[in-house]
Amino acid sequence: MRSAFVDALCDAAGSDPSIWLLTADLGFSVLEPFMERFPDRFVNVGVAEQNMIGVAAGLALAGKTVVTYSIVNFATLRCLEQIRNDICYHRASVKIVGVGAGFTYGAQGYTHHGIEDLAVMATLPELDVVAPSDPVEARLATQLTLARPGPCYLRLGKAGEPTLHNSNPEFDHGKMLPLRPGRDALIIATGGIAAEAMEAARLWSEQGRQAAVWSAPWVRPFDADAVSQAASEFSTILTIEEGVETGGLGAATARVLAQMPNPRARHIPISIAPEIRPASLSQTAHRSREGLDAASILARLQSL
Amino acid sequence: MDDPATLELARSIRGHVLRMVHHAQTSHAGSALSMTDILAVLYGGVLRIDPDRPDDPSRDRVIVSKGHGGAAVYAALALRGFFPVDWLQRYCDDDNPLAGHLTHHGVPGVEASTGSLGHGLSIACGLALAGGFHTYAVLSDGELDEGSVWEAILFAGHRGLTNLTAVVDYNKIQSFGRTAEVLDLEPLVDKFAACGWQVKNIDGHDHRALTTALQTRGSNPVIVIANTVKGKGVSFMEDRLEWHYRSPDDVQLEAALRELGETL
Repeated sequence: MRSAFVDALCDAAGSDPSIWLLTADLGFSVLEPFMERFPDRFVNVGVAEQNMIGVAAGLALAGKTVVTYSIVNFATLRCLEQIRNDICYHRASVKIVGVGAGFTYGAQGYTHHGIEDLAVMATLPELDVVAPSDPVEARLATQLTLARPGPCYLRLGKAGEPTLHNSNPEFDHGKMLPLRPGRDALIIATGGIAAEAMEAARLWSEQGRQAAVWSAPWVRPFDADAVSQAASEFSTILTIEEGVETGGLGAATARVLAQMPNPRARHIPISIAPEIRPASLSQTAHRSREGLDAASILARLQSL
Repeated sequence: MDDPATLELARSIRGHVLRMVHHAQTSHAGSALSMTDILAVLYGGVLRIDPDRPDDPSRDRVIVSKGHGGAAVYAALALRGFFPVDWLQRYCDDDNPLAGHLTHHGVPGVEASTGSLGHGLSIACGLALAGGFHTYAVLSDGELDEGSVWEAILFAGHRGLTNLTAVVDYNKIQSFGRTAEVLDLEPLVDKFAACGWQVKNIDGHDHRALTTALQTRGSNPVIVIANTVKGKGVSFMEDRLEWHYRSPDDVQLEAALRELGETL
C-alpha cells in the first residue's frame, strides 16, 4: 500500500505544484521518489509530530495541499490536539497519512499497534477517515483525497498486501464498494483486514454458501445508505476491522441499524476489545488470536 | 520618541480590553494588557495589512498563540477597521463571533484560532515556509513550558526561516505562579540563540524598541523577548497573578479607565 500511495502522490504532485510532503523522520526507502523529484516541497521535520501538524496547518492556510507521514500512532495520537484544533477547526487541507494499520507492526510491541486510531479519528469534525483495503484502493484514495479540499486521515498498511480488486473499481467519496457477490451473508470490511474476509468467503463458498464482501474504506463520511439497504437485503451483516470495538466501522454500522425500525439483518461486529496486548506476535498471529483471521471469520459464517 | 499613533492605539486597546472583560466577567485581563503594546506596534504600523482586503494572499500574517489574551487582539483589529467596534461591546455574548479565546471563525483579520498553548509557533513556521510574506507569532512565557514550542523553535532555527519573527510576551507570571518558580525559562536569550535565532531582548512596552525589533531582518528567524509587566497600564493590576483570573467590578473598571484617560 505504501508504494501505491507514494506513486499516486508523486503523480499528483507532478501536475499540482501546491502539494507538499512532510515526514516526522520516517519513510526511509519509501518516500525517496517524492524527495528526489520535489526536493523543494519535501520537509523532514525531525521526530516532532506535533510541530509537523502545526507546520502542515500553516502551509495549508497559505494555500498548500499538505501530506504528513508517519506510523499510525505517531501520526494521530501523539498530535491529536494539533489535528483537532489546527487542522480540523481551520478546515486545513492536510492529509494525515498513517502507516502500519492494526497489527502490521505486531511483533514490534504494543507501542506500535495501530488499533485505536480509527475510533479516535472518527470522533473529529471535518475529517475524512479512509482505510483502503488493498493497493488499488490505496492509489485511488490517495488520488481522491488530494483532489478534494479539506482534512483527511489516510490509514495504510505497509507492504505486500494482496490486491483484492481485479480491475479499477468505482471509488467514490464516502461510498462502500463490492469486492465479491453473495446472498447468504454480507461481510463489510475496512482496511487490509478485507483480505481475511475475502479468504473466509472463498472457503465458505467451497461449502456451497456465498457471502458477499464489501470494502468500506470510508469510516467518515460513512455510507449509511449502503448499510440500511443491506439491512433489508441480507439476514446477517458481519463487520470486521483491525481496531477497537469502541468506534470505527462496527460502531458506525450499529448506529445505522439502531435507527431502523425493523432491520432484517442482525449485526455481528468483529473487532477487538480496548485492551493492552503485551505479547510480541506477528500480524498473522495477532489476527488469529483476536478472531480476525479468515479461519475465525469462517467459523462465524458457519455458525449462522 | 514613541509614535503618538501607536501610543494612542495602545491606550484605546487597553480601554476596550477592560470594558470587554468587565462586560463578559471573564479572565485574562492581565495577559491582554501585557501584550497590548506589542499588538499596537504590530497592528498600528509594522504589519502590511489592509482591513479592506483581509484575505490578500500577500498580507503579513500574525498568529497570536496566547489565545487567552484574545480580547486585546479583537480590540486591535476592530480599531484598525477589520470589523465594527461595537462587536467589542458584546464580547462573549451569545451569537457574537468574539469568543473568549481567540477565534478565527467569522472574525475578519484573525489568522488562526488559539487557546490551547503550544500551537501557534508551529502554524507560524508553516506559514513562513510557504513564503511570500512575513509571519509574526506572539507567544506567552508560560507557553514555553510546552514541548511542542521547542519542536518549532528547533525547526525554525534549523530551516533558517528569515521571514519569521516571534515575540515572547515575557511578563514572568504564568497561571499558578512566577515563571522562575514554576518552570524557570532562564537563560532564555541563550536558549534561543543556541537554537539559531537572532535575539532581541527589549522592553516590551517601549514602542520605539518594539518597532525596531519587529522590523529586524537577517539570516535567521528573529525572536523578540519582550520584557513586559502583566496588567500593564493599570496600577492595581500590574505584576499581580490574581489579574490572570479576576475581572474588574464597576468601581475597579472606572478607576482603571480613569488611569488610562478613558471614559466608561
